Amino acid sequence: MSPRRRVWVFLAAMAGLAAFYLWGLAGLPGFGSYPGPYGYIINAIAVHQTNATGVVSAVNFEYRGFDTVGEEFILFVAATGTATVLRHLRGERERAPADEDRDAPPTSEAVRMTALILTGPTVVMGWYLASHAQTSPSGGFQGGVVLATGLILVYLAGRFLAFKRISSVDVTDAVEAMGAGGFAAVGIGAVAMGLAYLTNFLPLGTIPGAVSSSGTIALISFFVGVEVGAAFILIVSELLDQTLLLGPGSR
Amino acid sequence: MQVFPFVVVVWILGVGLYGIVTSRHLVHQIVCLIIVQSSTYVLLLGVGYVTGAVAPYFFDVPVHTPAVDPVVQALALTDVVVEAAVTALLLAFAVQAHKRFGTLDPQELVQLRG
Repeated sequence: MSPRRRVWVFLAAMAGLAAFYLWGLAGLPGFGSYPGPYGYIINAIAVHQTNATGVVSAVNFEYRGFDTVGEEFILFVAATGTATVLRHLRGERERAPADEDRDAPPTSEAVRMTALILTGPTVVMGWYLASHAQTSPSGGFQGGVVLATGLILVYLAGRFLAFKRISSVDVTDAVEAMGAGGFAAVGIGAVAMGLAYLTNFLPLGTIPGAVSSSGTIALISFFVGVEVGAAFILIVSELLDQTLLLGPGSR
Repeated sequence: MQVFPFVVVVWILGVGLYGIVTSRHLVHQIVCLIIVQSSTYVLLLGVGYVTGAVAPYFFDVPVHTPAVDPVVQALALTDVVVEAAVTALLLAFAVQAHKRFGTLDPQELVQLRG
């Protein structure tokens, strides 16, 4: 199909979609008039029930905890899948480490300096986010991504070998498995105590919004942070590894 | 305007799809897919919005302050995670496609046989 024909087919399809969308929009409550009831109910009971002031985290790690286990394993499987798709093919060989510096595009001093300065604060920020799911807009998923960013800044600072050392596949794999397994184990712990899977069995603390409050919500968020951080480092380092590979007959 | 955010949703969706259809580079196409998926974030957050309400965090506001729906916000989080997973896998496939066929132009890739 020629590019021009393709655009016309697309426009026709878009016109159809727009018509259906407008039709659907007519039955939707207007923006700003959410009819409820689920959001209102959870907002009314969550702080009292869990001692967590961050209701989104309470939904994610408590009311909807079982879904979040699945969500976490989606990321786990994606990291595994990326590693599998990018495995060394027959006939590929790794470039000698000596070539590395020559092939890497030169990084400007400004980028290196900024990356170095930001590494520490970014790691602290990620740690803060991962450990404060119960109080403020944060949680393991956000914290994990920021943590991984902190380590990827090491690569941006021009320290490729240092990045490879801290992101060795064995270590990241083990950490990732620990995070994913920890989450599942919290749920099984509840079962072992005769409760339903992922029941919040830890003491909830006394002050809503304190770091020590909310029982398993904080614990699960921590495990998710570890898993997500490791998964992202694994994915990025798998993609970076590709720059070191020579394919059969290429270049 | 009451429906404006929902118009934004379909605009983002349309722009992203147009990018996918006309793309000449696989990585660009993957970015367009991310844009298509971004429209779902706007839709989810738009559906749960309550006029004049605060975010569903009761750290420094009283517990019974009107707040927006936390359920759709949690769903948006799931959405982001799935997008990250999909993007990682697609980028890996793009790397392999480039290794195998020596091109990243989807319209050239169509003409090649696997």
